[in-house]
Amino acid sequence: MRASLLINQRGGQVLLACMVALAVGVPALNLMVPASSAFHVPDYMVGLVGKYLCFALLAMALDLVWGYCGILSLGHGAFFALGGYAMGMHLMRQIGDRGVYGNAELPDFMVFLNWKELPWYWHGFDVFPFAMLMVMAVPGVLAFVFGWFAFRSRVTGVYLSIITQAMTFALMLAFFRNDMGFGGNNGLTDFKDLLGFDLQAPGVRAALFAASAMAVALAYLLCRAITASRLGRVLLAIRDAESRARFLGYRVEYYKLFTFTVSAVLAGIAGALYVPQVGIINPSEFAPAASIEVVIWVAVGGRGTLYGAVLGAMLVNYAKTYFTGTLPELWLYMLGGLFVATTIFLPKGIVGAVPTFGGSGGKGLGGLGKRFGRPSNQAAE
Amino acid sequence: MHPFVRTILAALLAFWLPASAGAQDADLQALVDGLAAKSFNQKIDAVDKLAATGDPKVVPVLTALLEGRLFTLKDGDKLVIAERKGRVYVTTAPLGGANLGEVKKGDLTKVRVNNKLRGELRAALGGLTLLSPDPSVRAEAVDSVLKARDAELMPVLEKAMAREEDPALHARMALAHAATNLFAAKKEEARLEALARLSESATPEVRSLLNEFVAGGKGTEKVIAAAKETLEAVEGRLRLWETVGDVFRGISLGSVLLLAAVGLAITFGVMGVINMAHGEMVMLGAYTTFVVQEAFRAYAPGAFDLSLVVAVPAAFLVSGAVGIAIERGVIRFLYGRPLETLLATWGISLVLQQAVRSVFGPTNRDVGAPEWMSGAVEFSNGLLLTYNRLWIIAFSLVVVGGIVVVLRKTAFGLQMRAVTQNRAMANSMGIRTGAVDALTFGMGSGIAGIAGVALSQIDNVSPNLGQAYIIDSFMVVVFGGVGNIWGTVVGAFSLGIVNKFLEPVAGAVLAKILVLIAIILFIQKRPRGLFALKGRAVEA
Amino acid sequence: MMMIENRTIEAADTVLYVDGVSVSFDGFKALNKLSFFVLAGELRAIIGPNGAGKTTMMDVVTGKTRPDEGEVFFQGDVDLTRLDEARIANLGIGRKFQKPTVFETQTVFENLELALAGNRKAMESLFFRLSGEQAGRIDEVMEVIALTEFRNRLAGSLSHGQKQWLEIGMLLMQEPDLLLVDEPVAGMTDAETEQTARLLREIAQDHSVVVVEHDMEFVKALDCRVTVLHEGSVLAEGSLETVQQDQRVIEVYLGR
Repeated sequence: MRASLLINQRGGQVLLACMVALAVGVPALNLMVPASSAFHVPDYMVGLVGKYLCFALLAMALDLVWGYCGILSLGHGAFFALGGYAMGMHLMRQIGDRGVYGNAELPDFMVFLNWKELPWYWHGFDVFPFAMLMVMAVPGVLAFVFGWFAFRSRVTGVYLSIITQAMTFALMLAFFRNDMGFGGNNGLTDFKDLLGFDLQAPGVRAALFAASAMAVALAYLLCRAITASRLGRVLLAIRDAESRARFLGYRVEYYKLFTFTVSAVLAGIAGALYVPQVGIINPSEFAPAASIEVVIWVAVGGRGTLYGAVLGAMLVNYAKTYFTGTLPELWLYMLGGLFVATTIFLPKGIVGAVPTFGGSGGKGLGGLGKRFGRPSNQAAE
Repeated sequence: MHPFVRTILAALLAFWLPASAGAQDADLQALVDGLAAKSFNQKIDAVDKLAATGDPKVVPVLTALLEGRLFTLKDGDKLVIAERKGRVYVTTAPLGGANLGEVKKGDLTKVRVNNKLRGELRAALGGLTLLSPDPSVRAEAVDSVLKARDAELMPVLEKAMAREEDPALHARMALAHAATNLFAAKKEEARLEALARLSESATPEVRSLLNEFVAGGKGTEKVIAAAKETLEAVEGRLRLWETVGDVFRGISLGSVLLLAAVGLAITFGVMGVINMAHGEMVMLGAYTTFVVQEAFRAYAPGAFDLSLVVAVPAAFLVSGAVGIAIERGVIRFLYGRPLETLLATWGISLVLQQAVRSVFGPTNRDVGAPEWMSGAVEFSNGLLLTYNRLWIIAFSLVVVGGIVVVLRKTAFGLQMRAVTQNRAMANSMGIRTGAVDALTFGMGSGIAGIAGVALSQIDNVSPNLGQAYIIDSFMVVVFGGVGNIWGTVVGAFSLGIVNKFLEPVAGAVLAKILVLIAIILFIQKRPRGLFALKGRAVEA
Repeated sequence: MMMIENRTIEAADTVLYVDGVSVSFDGFKALNKLSFFVLAGELRAIIGPNGAGKTTMMDVVTGKTRPDEGEVFFQGDVDLTRLDEARIANLGIGRKFQKPTVFETQTVFENLELALAGNRKAMESLFFRLSGEQAGRIDEVMEVIALTEFRNRLAGSLSHGQKQWLEIGMLLMQEPDLLLVDEPVAGMTDAETEQTARLLREIAQDHSVVVVEHDMEFVKALDCRVTVLHEGSVLAEGSLETVQQDQRVIEVYLGR
């Protein structure tokens, strides 16, 4: 088999092992080990790492288009947020008459705005399967339509990056408007339960955590199936020499469109898993700065490797949590420096910087596990 | 129409005839005492007579009566103005306002008024104040006359018009005159004449006046028809003025966009470097303005008006120097890797924002406007051109002109174009390409700094200032066509104008969203912008 | 229909038929009523000074650039001016760029596999499996371009000349009826140039080939009919000896 893919596979195996270990180990150590034990995983850690896992999924989605297809999307936060809003709308409908105004039909913010009936696009979201379909369909359709126009007219490189940024910016402005019917500035929040399970209950939170870890694992398998197929190699061909691929007879736009849409759907799923865990979704998720931050996760981890994106997302977000907690002044300097340093000194990211990473992938990721996945390590051993 | 109206009018006219002061005062007191009469008709009569004197001294009396502050003392039926002060009332003489001491509430009886009397009082006061020597009082009066549109006030209004020297007030009076005639004149000709007058000044006020008249439908068919016609004409002209206003606001927004984008037209357009920290160069320019102004406040407060003149070169140097540092320190390692450049410069933008936040704090800093930028040109139809906007429009054009001159007429401009067109060739011809790159980038950044000086006059100077402009700037450059300064100019102004035309229809936020969507679609249609260079050179 | 050297040529007789094609960029006429044709199975060299319109001609034929006027037919009846690059490539026109363009992060084998003739649909490529026959074809071409021993090397690590050959090999994998080859020997050593000429002659035995080149030694080695372009139109056509003696050709090109 091909050398580059072999390396991928090693890193990927470690990734899959870690995710399964997290999915099983963290809930177990959170729920079954008494709080007094050194092995106990506190609730806040479950929420925190669960959030990182959603970001990791988002990063992997971005890596699929950027690392493999050369499309630097500065608007992936939009797909993430749309998935999140779709989930948020379902959760809002689940509140029923337990809101502040006790209106069984209308969410609180609509009552507050004096709305008399539910807008048409809110209908159906009370049904879980429909909401889940929308989690994937809304970002997918937006990506498809956007990509259809952009790729067919051959908008590439920084132009594409800029218009994806403009897209998420436009969406942010739109979602800030109260009359859009998505809660305006405040977004959607005060969720109560999902499928009848209380979102505050430790068991439910642990289950969401496990679902997130499994989602990362499954998404990795999907992305890897795509990238290891002939389609994946066409993507690399497009990334490296688009016109060559075109003159070989490939309809570059369809390949890009397929990948962009799949990526957007994955980002939407990440958003949907994120919302019940953090308990809120608001228009700031659409902010251009949020989307571009995702890019740096991927760049730090190493683009074009999938597992590198996961690694980068977890590392950068852990650093963010740590530094915004202890030295908030410093964090933006560090993030900014990270952008500069990664592009100049680490163009292939951490994964690319460790030449033996493929061979000793276990070691590299194991070290990582010690840093912020302590419980998973315990569980894995 | 009340019979006493004519008396008022006659009396008001009489007021301007010479009369002996002493006799007047005694007469006035007698007339004031008449207000204590038992029947309302008698009171009205007294008001009429007082109004007829036209003496400003009666204004406080009538005002007090209208506001329910005029009382009679139970002991002796003497009229006083009383103000409540704690548990007692302070009384003053109605005429002259001499203090008459404190009394208890039980000692006072309020002079009662009814609606008819109130109306009478208001009209009388309007007429009296219209002739006041104080222009602000007259301005207030003419407004109330315009609202009342009472035919009884016509003669006094005419008299006031004849005496009025302030052209603006005179115009208001003429408007009130025409409005009153339109609503209250008996003769059809007078009404038609009023309509003709009204059609001369197309203002939103006239429009609503005519709307009210047409909706009320009181008048002969001919008058109503004429009013409808006039309304249409006025609306047409108003629309025209609104368009002019929209165009101005659009040009104003366009000049802001142009200023923000024109530096980018050099770094991105000419050099092909995608600098996401461009907005922060603008922000640094704005903060430089703040610092320069602080220095002026501290050391030369008298010369504050010159602070912006100093701030422009200072901002150019500060932002330009930071730009050169960025180019030498980061960007030059990333030539030919536009996506990486984008990311690295975004990182730099975060660092610069945080640095400014650390030094100057996260809140808005106050940047003052010099005298010569404050104020506005105002037109009667509501169009307002503020001086700072006009200055910024002019300034943006000067900046663009300067750039064009540098690019076209200087050796540096020639070298710059040579390097961007064929680096290897330029290098072999002895041009120090590295230095040219640094200076070009410095120039683009410096211009962004200059833009920051202008933007500090109309926007909040905060660490986030640059963020607000970065997407717009890129949109302008891409829309206009990369590598083409004129494209940037046309792009900025057309986006500004389109935005302002959409705003009344869609609202500000939706207008912005629509413009963004339009540009996104436009780029799909013409990926290289409005004025793209066609051909092989740009496809490399 | 066009008249060339007293012969009347019908589009139907040709593999490539270019008639009256003009393209202008910002007022500069890159092609000016260009007309020429290539017969099936022919090897044709196109020469001309810089800016003569050679690359633009290729852009028009392969669908990258739309002509302002004129018509371009492939196989007699396929109007190429209406189709895009991918469609034209799938019809059987392969193009090699001036600058060698291969997929640098993939191996020689993968490069050739990507060029393999066949279905180009995105969805089906997800489930593509290489058949033994197809693998055999790849080995065959690898042999032709002399890169068998580099089969698992990343294309980016090949020498300049090897990249040129790999690109030609990719063209062969497409099994095209017509190959357009833009400056295949630019930057090659003499030995490589000779080898490339041999390679192209070999390919021309069962393909129509159009070669754009500057190098006169190489054109001589190709031993074929030559078309001279100048300022966007055909200046002369014939054997290399004939055009070399043409007074106008000497003036604008060879004389310098």
